[in-house]
Amino acid sequence: MTKEYFSHKHLLGIQGLHPPEIQEILDLSDRYVEQNRGGDKKQSSLRGRTVINLFYESSTRTRTSFELAGKRLGADVINMQVSASSVNKGETLIDTAMTLNAMHADILCVRHPDSGAVKLLSQKVNCAVINGGDGSHEHPTQALLDALTIRRRKGRLGGLTVAICGDVLHSRVARSNIYLLNTMGARVRLVAPRTLLPAQAQRLGVEVFHDMREGLADCDVVMMLRVQNERMKGSFIPSIREYFRFFGLDYEKLACAKPDAMVMHPGPMNRGVEIDSDLADDVERSVIREQVEMGVAVRMACFDILARNLAGA
Amino acid sequence: MPHSTPARVAYVNARLLDPASGMDAKGVLVTEGEVIAEFGPDVSIPEGATVIDCAGQCLAPGLVDMRVQLREPGEEHKETLKSAAEAAVAGGVTSMVCLPNTHPVIDDVATVEFVARRARKNGLAKVYPYAAATKGLKGEELAEMGMLAEAGALAFTDGCKAIGDAKTMRRALSYAATFGLLVVQHPEDPSLARDGLMNEGEIATRMGLAGIPSCAEAMMLERDMHLVALTGARYHAGHVSTAEGLNVLRKAKARGLNVTCDTAPPYFALNELAVGDYRSFAKLSPPLRSEADRQAVVAALKEGLITAIASDHAPQDQDSKRLPFAVAAFGGVGLETLLPVSLELYHNGHLSLLEVLRLVTCGPADLLGLKAGRLAKGAPADLVMFDPERGWQIKAEKFRSKSKNSPFDGRPVQGLVLRTVIDGRTVFERHD
Repeated sequence: MTKEYFSHKHLLGIQGLHPPEIQEILDLSDRYVEQNRGGDKKQSSLRGRTVINLFYESSTRTRTSFELAGKRLGADVINMQVSASSVNKGETLIDTAMTLNAMHADILCVRHPDSGAVKLLSQKVNCAVINGGDGSHEHPTQALLDALTIRRRKGRLGGLTVAICGDVLHSRVARSNIYLLNTMGARVRLVAPRTLLPAQAQRLGVEVFHDMREGLADCDVVMMLRVQNERMKGSFIPSIREYFRFFGLDYEKLACAKPDAMVMHPGPMNRGVEIDSDLADDVERSVIREQVEMGVAVRMACFDILARNLAGA
Repeated sequence: MPHSTPARVAYVNARLLDPASGMDAKGVLVTEGEVIAEFGPDVSIPEGATVIDCAGQCLAPGLVDMRVQLREPGEEHKETLKSAAEAAVAGGVTSMVCLPNTHPVIDDVATVEFVARRARKNGLAKVYPYAAATKGLKGEELAEMGMLAEAGALAFTDGCKAIGDAKTMRRALSYAATFGLLVVQHPEDPSLARDGLMNEGEIATRMGLAGIPSCAEAMMLERDMHLVALTGARYHAGHVSTAEGLNVLRKAKARGLNVTCDTAPPYFALNELAVGDYRSFAKLSPPLRSEADRQAVVAALKEGLITAIASDHAPQDQDSKRLPFAVAAFGGVGLETLLPVSLELYHNGHLSLLEVLRLVTCGPADLLGLKAGRLAKGAPADLVMFDPERGWQIKAEKFRSKSKNSPFDGRPVQGLVLRTVIDGRTVFERHD
């Protein structure tokens, strides 16, 4: 049995995790990738456990990924989709926690539009909590699956140059990836118009660029972020066509990166907005579908690791 | 219309003035096609050159006017690209930068290209457009600055309207800074200035006209300086008119912020008394200020805080001006009076001749990144020949401009443009 490093009750973010903890999750995920590719995908390590997906934001891929991960490990998985508009935040969130305690859930996967809401919930429930994305704060399983995808392709994380491009200001994916990649010794660059960069972004230990060609120069990995359409009508960005012209990833801009640079996107993509449609589908360059596959394996590993710290384990 | 350029012209007996290099010397300037070939005291007349005798008059880089309203497209009854260009060359202006407040607004690539194409066809003063900072000058949504700059927009401004909403201004500055672009502000707090007609003070009180307090300018500048510091953007304040406003800019510059400003002749040559008997031709935006403000503008020109003088050319037809003061339009024409009124700073002993010229040539050209406004080998042969001493009286009815709304009508001035050359071609010559 390999040594166990990860000893937290919850997985709320990447910030604060140490390299061996991340390493452990990724190593275990690798095993699940192989298992998921085999004929018998099911095992019973979480048999008798209850996993609840509590989503205050609409999501298809993350929720499905958590659901599949739980089921493959033999857990009972329940989905609770709460429409954000019907929620009177704060108070109701804690009421929900009480309800979940009464149901004796074991692992809770939570997505919430407000930064910090998942942490608040975790303080009130008895079960383990996985942050499935909170506001613009963190999305740790996405960063882990991105890291797994990169590590399997490049054989390492340390020493790589990774450009994260697009709406960093609103992105929890960007933040979790910055923390993880920095922790693992990669060099992180942010490429975005100034209107889509948070204040003092360089304090996160990244290099900041406002020009795609400069930002992508000699990169090993190009990670595109989704830009929401309502931010493209003049508030942060003048228009979609201007955004694509200067910050959309196409073959021409990608040519500035290393010849074997891989292209990633957390999905769902806006084709022709942040990424050229043909490029997104180019299996030589883009690993976007692979990222989805890695997502299930990473979430299985997270369940497994959190389950060993559960009461009665 | 084909524009034929003479192969080689020698301007002899000239007093060569180049504010960029500080040259003030008798000599010869030779143009070769569209560019300056050589100039200086010891230059000989090349063979086959057409010789123009300057008779000792000044020969300087053509004027660069960084704030002009052109009214085309949309209000061609007030001014067209052609009439403005004719007025410009009569005033010695060889490059002008136009505000985007036309109809349609210059906020898309097609309109930028339309203005550039139409201006080229006239073959007179060169026209460079500003583009709108926000779509439709509405102060809400960002314009496509990146693509507009590629199409030729020099900088971004909402023209005669301040970008009032602080968040929008922050994003406009941030977005412009992404591409290293300049944002030009009309520095006036719009909510404070709303409904105001002239400078607030005793005169306005006696006349019963609603006032615009001078702090409307300082307040907007103060706010903008915080946003410039926050975003790291390049910022230019147009037609600054108050002592308080200049103080804000002086402090900002001392702090190392990347800010510049210009003013216009009315703000150093006139004060609020010019409104006199409800003269709507003296209804300007920003309004003519107090005498103390006027003196502060002169002082700021002397100290080098203000690095450009623009005409602030704002044509309005009779129907917009021959109205009760309250409903008359703001603005005055200025292309044909820019040089003589600016030369008052020289005649009154505030600035040297070269210092005045700097403010209307390389001063504005440099802050906009325009290749203009200096005598240099290989530079475009855009020149003005003028007599700085010659006295005359401004008569608005004689203007080439379609609109005659000058606050300087009837003013005796010194300094007359004799000849204007663009790309080596004489496009204006005074025969009287």
